[in-house]
Formats: sequence, C-alpha cells, structure tokens
Amino acid sequence: MKYTPSIWAILIFVSIIILVLYISYYFARKAKTSSGYFAAGGQIHWAVNGIAFAGDYLSAASFLGICGMIAVAGFDGFLYSIGYLAGWIVALFVVAEPIKRLGKFTFTDAVDAKFNSKGIKLIAAISTLIVSLFYLIPQMVGAGSLVTPLLGMPHWVGVLLVGTIVIIIVATAGMASTTYVQFIKGALLLGFSLALVITLFSRGFSTAPDQGGTVPYPEFKTIQVQSYAEEKIIPAEKDYKVVSQWETTSGTKTLVFVELDKEGVQSIWRFNPDKNILEETLFVTTYRDGKVLYNGGTINEAKFYQVGNLLDIEGKTPAKTGTLDPLNFFGLIKNSNVLLWSKQVIKDDARSITVYYQNPTPGSEILKPGRIYKLDSAKGATIYNRLDFISLMIALFFGTAALPHILIRYYTVPSPTAARKSTIVAIAGIGLFYILTLYMGLGAMTNGVIDLTNDNMSAPLLARSFGVIFFAIISAIAFATVLGTVSGLIVASSGAVAHDIMDRYMGKHMSDRKKVMAGKITAIGVGIIAMVLGVVFKNMNVSYLVGWAFSIAASANLPAIIMILFWKKTTARGVIASITVGLISALGLILLSQKTFNEVYNLPNVVAPVQINNPAIFSVPLSFITLIIISLITSKNPGRDGITDGQG
Amino acid sequence: MSHGPATEWKEDERTSKVKSKLGIWMFAGYSIVYAVFIILNVVKPQLMGLDVGMLNIAIVYGFGLIVLALIMALIYNALCGWAEQKALKIIKDEKKAEKIKHEAEKAVK
Repeated sequence: MKYTPSIWAILIFVSIIILVLYISYYFARKAKTSSGYFAAGGQIHWAVNGIAFAGDYLSAASFLGICGMIAVAGFDGFLYSIGYLAGWIVALFVVAEPIKRLGKFTFTDAVDAKFNSKGIKLIAAISTLIVSLFYLIPQMVGAGSLVTPLLGMPHWVGVLLVGTIVIIIVATAGMASTTYVQFIKGALLLGFSLALVITLFSRGFSTAPDQGGTVPYPEFKTIQVQSYAEEKIIPAEKDYKVVSQWETTSGTKTLVFVELDKEGVQSIWRFNPDKNILEETLFVTTYRDGKVLYNGGTINEAKFYQVGNLLDIEGKTPAKTGTLDPLNFFGLIKNSNVLLWSKQVIKDDARSITVYYQNPTPGSEILKPGRIYKLDSAKGATIYNRLDFISLMIALFFGTAALPHILIRYYTVPSPTAARKSTIVAIAGIGLFYILTLYMGLGAMTNGVIDLTNDNMSAPLLARSFGVIFFAIISAIAFATVLGTVSGLIVASSGAVAHDIMDRYMGKHMSDRKKVMAGKITAIGVGIIAMVLGVVFKNMNVSYLVGWAFSIAASANLPAIIMILFWKKTTARGVIASITVGLISALGLILLSQKTFNEVYNLPNVVAPVQINNPAIFSVPLSFITLIIISLITSKNPGRDGITDGQG
Repeated sequence: MSHGPATEWKEDERTSKVKSKLGIWMFAGYSIVYAVFIILNVVKPQLMGLDVGMLNIAIVYGFGLIVLALIMALIYNALCGWAEQKALKIIKDEKKAEKIKHEAEKAVK
C-alpha cells in the first residue's frame, strides 16, 4: 500500500525524538556510577516505575502485533492480551519482592545470589542475551513498519533510526533515561489508545466505512460464470478474457482462481462455486527480477485498497449506526456478518502471486477463538492444534516474570514494598491497555482501514481514518513504544555482558567507571545486531516473534527463579542444567517448527519435524524436571569451583 | 559475591515469609481460573461462543481474567500493607521498650 507522509506526522515525530534525546542528555550526568547506569540509582518512585513498567512491557508486539492480529483474525489475537496480562500475576505474587531482595542489577544477580557460581553467571547471562535478542527482533520490525507510512521512508530506514536513537539513549544515561522514556511513552500510549477507542465509539459502524468521508469504500465486483465445463471457467462478461487458471487447496477446501484480462488490464478473481460467480481479489505479484506489482500496478499507482467492513448490520444492508458503547460494540458485531480476507500464495515459473480473497464470516465466529488456533474437532482441529494453544498460553503466563528486561526494573525502586506497588500500577495500566486492544483491533477490522500486506499497521491506520494529526500522534507514540522497549532490552543485554560476564564471570573486577564504559560499548554492539535482525525479519507478524521470546524465557529462566525461591534443595548445578535444557529445548523446538519453516526458512511446502509452533508445553516441564533431578544428584557433591552445591 | 539489600527493610524482613505464603496462595487461585479458561477452550470450544447478554463467554471470561488480576493485586497489596504496618508498629514498640529499659538502667545506675 502506498503511504503519503504529512508535515504534521514529521513534526510530531521529530518532537518526540527531540524530547527523548533531551531526556538522555539531562540524565547523562546521573549515570556515572554502575548503580546509576544499570539501576537508575535504585531511587525511582514506585508510581513512576509502575508506568515505566507499562512503557517497557507494552511493546510493538502489543500495540502493533496484537491489534493487527485481532484486525485480521478476531478473538484469537486477544488471547495474547489475556496471556500477557495474566503473566503479571506471576510477577506480582511470586517474583517481585524476592527478586528485589536477592538482586542488584541483573536477573543473573538474583539466580546466583545463593550460590556464587561461575556457571550460573555465564548461563544466566547467555539466557538474558538470547531472550533479549528474540524480543528485540519484533521491536525493530515494528519500527520499520511504522516509519514507512509516517515519513514515507523505506523499512530499513525505520530500523536504522530506532537503532541509532536507542543507542544514544542507552549509551548516554542507561537505566535513568530509559526509565523516563518508558514512563512518558507508557502514559501517552494509554491516554491516546483510550482516546482512539472513544473516537471509534462516536463514529459508529457502517457497511461502507469511508474513513470519515475521506476515502470511499471500494465496491468489489462480481462476474457471473457462464460455464465451468471441463474445469475451465468462462465468464459471462465477454470483454473479460481468461489468461490463467489455478486450482489450489487451503486445508480441506479447494480454491479456484482465474486471471482475467480486460483491455490490457489484468486482475485475479476467485471462483465461488456456491453462487457460480467470480469475486474480485486483491493481489501482490512478485516477479523473478524483484519487481513487485500491487493489483497489477506499481506501489505509486495506489491500486491496492484498504479493506475490512461489516457486510450487514444485524441483517440490514446498507446500514449505519449511531454512537456505540462498550457493550453494544460487541453486540452489533456478533449479530452481523463481517468481510474478512484470507490469503493464498500461487506460484508459477515467472512469478509468485499472493492473493487476498473475500471470506464473509459471521460476527459471532469472530468473537470467539478458532480462526488462528483451531480448537474445535468438528472444524478439523487436531491434537497438535490444541497442544499449540495450551503451549502458547503457558508461555505467556510464565514468560512475563522471566523476561530479563522486566526483572531489572525491580532494581530501580528503593524497596521490596515499592517493587510490589509498582507491579500493581503496571497491572492496572497494562490491563486497561489490553482491554482496549480488542476494541482497536475489531475497530480496524470493521472500519475499512486494514492494509492486507502489513497487518501490523492496523491500529495506526485506524487512527489515520480519524485525521492525519491523530495518525501522526499515534504513530509517533508507537515509535516511542519501540524506543522504550528496545532501550530496556539493550540495558538488560548490556548488564548481562558488562556486569555478569565481564565483571563477575571473568573476574575482571572493573572499576565503576570501567563497568559503565563496558555497558555503553555493549549497548552499541547489541543495538547494531538488533538493526541487522530487524531488516532480515521484516515480513513476520511481530506477535509471533514475541511469543517465542516468552517461550524461551518461560523455559530457561522461570523454573530456576521459582525453584531457588521455594525449594531448599536446589543446587547450582541444578540451576545451570535447568537453564541450559530450557534454552536448548525451547530454541530447538522453535527452529524445527512449521511456522519457522514457513516464514523464516521460506519452505511452506516442507513438512517440519515439529508440528507445534510454541514449545513451552514441553520445554517448561523439562526444565523443571532437569533442575529437580540434577539438584537431587548433586546436593551432596562439591562443585568444580570448590563451592558445595545446595548451600542456601 | 552475594548481593545483600541496598537499604534496610526491617518491616519487609519480618513479613517476607507471610507475604510469600500469601502470594503463593493467591497465585494458585488465579492459576486455577486461568487453567479453567484454557481447558474450556480446548475441551468445549463451542461453549466460548455462547451468548452472555450482548457479549459471549469468550469475551466475558477474557475481560474477567484481566479485571480479576487487578482486583487480586489490590487485595494482595492491602494485606501485605497491613502486615507491614503491623510489623512496623511492633518494631516501634520494641524500640520504645528498649529505650525505656535503657533509661531505667541509666536511672538505677
């Protein structure tokens, strides 16, 4: 889809960048010591820390990924919201206060507090780096997705811009500037998301949403089929000539597409055998030489429409409603039919065509799970589908309290009580936001704003339908969202390298000044790696990637944290083995999953060895069992470094 | 090298066990509600589409899990705060008693 940048968008965007850079400059002098750099001196007020938690946690995956997933698939995207929020219960009830008591700067500090084991220091630091990198990728992808419509620049420019600004934020003032960037971003995100939903209610629903009168909703044509003899389609309208015909399968369904030519203009249509008609599709053609056409035209010809609407409202069409409220918003969708779009890829010798075809769906189906996570055996759900769903929900529940960049925020407050209170503020803010995601996602689904080539843009494009200034503000906040989360991730990675590995594992015994310097250099290195990965993984939905980061964190880190806190027989070797097994099993299962084969290796026709996409259902218990067995075996044996395992 | 607390948290030291136990129980309670949501989705997915007024069970349960998290968090905070206040009062009373004892010893001398 072609995006045209506006002067407002650029002005607001530049203002946010200036504000962020000023915060970094202001706090730079407070980050001269390692405590100032890695933990903001441990003196942040709990209320500020709570909103900063929200700013840290509500990443591009939440704002862009979840809203995008809800916009194209309905309730299934909201499962992420539920799981992400539920994870904070583990953080509050189990982890918050003990982590604050045990640690100083990093997650490694806390798991190693009872053991002083070199092995724990190394493996926990490696785990921090891997989880942070997996979490960084979707943030950078989100940054690239945002900068294209906002500033009219290519994806890689967005990635480069975020990478550079974040390196400046972290390298100048570490956790101090990161905290206030996250605080401002968290507050703005909550405020403007609420404003977007209220505005959405005031507009109401329409069967022909026209973005506030600015963009007429496209009318999709149909052509009667004259005959389907010998499996060849002949359209009733004689000025359309059949150029190609393809028969493909999607699950158990057979899909027939035809390419028609009218006066030299090619278009692709889907054959609807029930109505004996051809239905217009949207399509993106990628040629071998790299040329890409959108609905047969270049991106500048703007032939590719935004879509998503109600086909009828409670059986009436055309129809329009008045102002909505939080309840009848769902009631009306439930009693109406929604035009969704499904995707099919067709390949021939010269080109690959991604076809988006119409898929009318009852609203009641959209408001319950089943479009991404197939759970109903009557609709073909398999045992793998169910395991995948359970696994995702486990990962989201147990992953939050094991994310290193979240855990380090417990060191920025002065006491365990403050850690607890800041978690409650976080739950309130994050909970409100996740409730809003369902309204924003369904709002995008029904307001004719979805860009099918990039569903991550659904929420900002919904804002654009209310005017360019709203769009500029929401996009700039979304950009700040990426900045805030990436800053936190880079601080966590920088602590893992400078504090855990260099200072404590390698025993370099660096001075405070040198440790801060090492942290800054690491921040630059991690920032550069994040930029490269952000470009490489450009086309993935950001929520899937974050789901994987949660799986790895839940498998590698959480069993160690829980067992150290609540099982006295836990030994250093048990912890090392548990983190190692959790990391390897989660990563291994992800790398061998079908989703990775389809979207990372680009092998959609190869059957992957692992049929579930989320590994937590296997890797979390495996990590727990490993810790228990190894701890029991080693509880009486002295460790290699002379320290008795199992000492408390 | 083991890291001790950066500051002294006397009321926390005295209440950490109680708070930890309370946390575990509340965690278990929420986990059950969360697990029921997952099990219902897997075993009886049709149930999720049943009407609850203008909403359905999926939305009510989903929103319910989010709101329940906040309610339980507030209850947990109130109980922990109450325990901490009680501990603080005991600490103050102990200090006061110690002071009186010290003064009495001084007077005897």
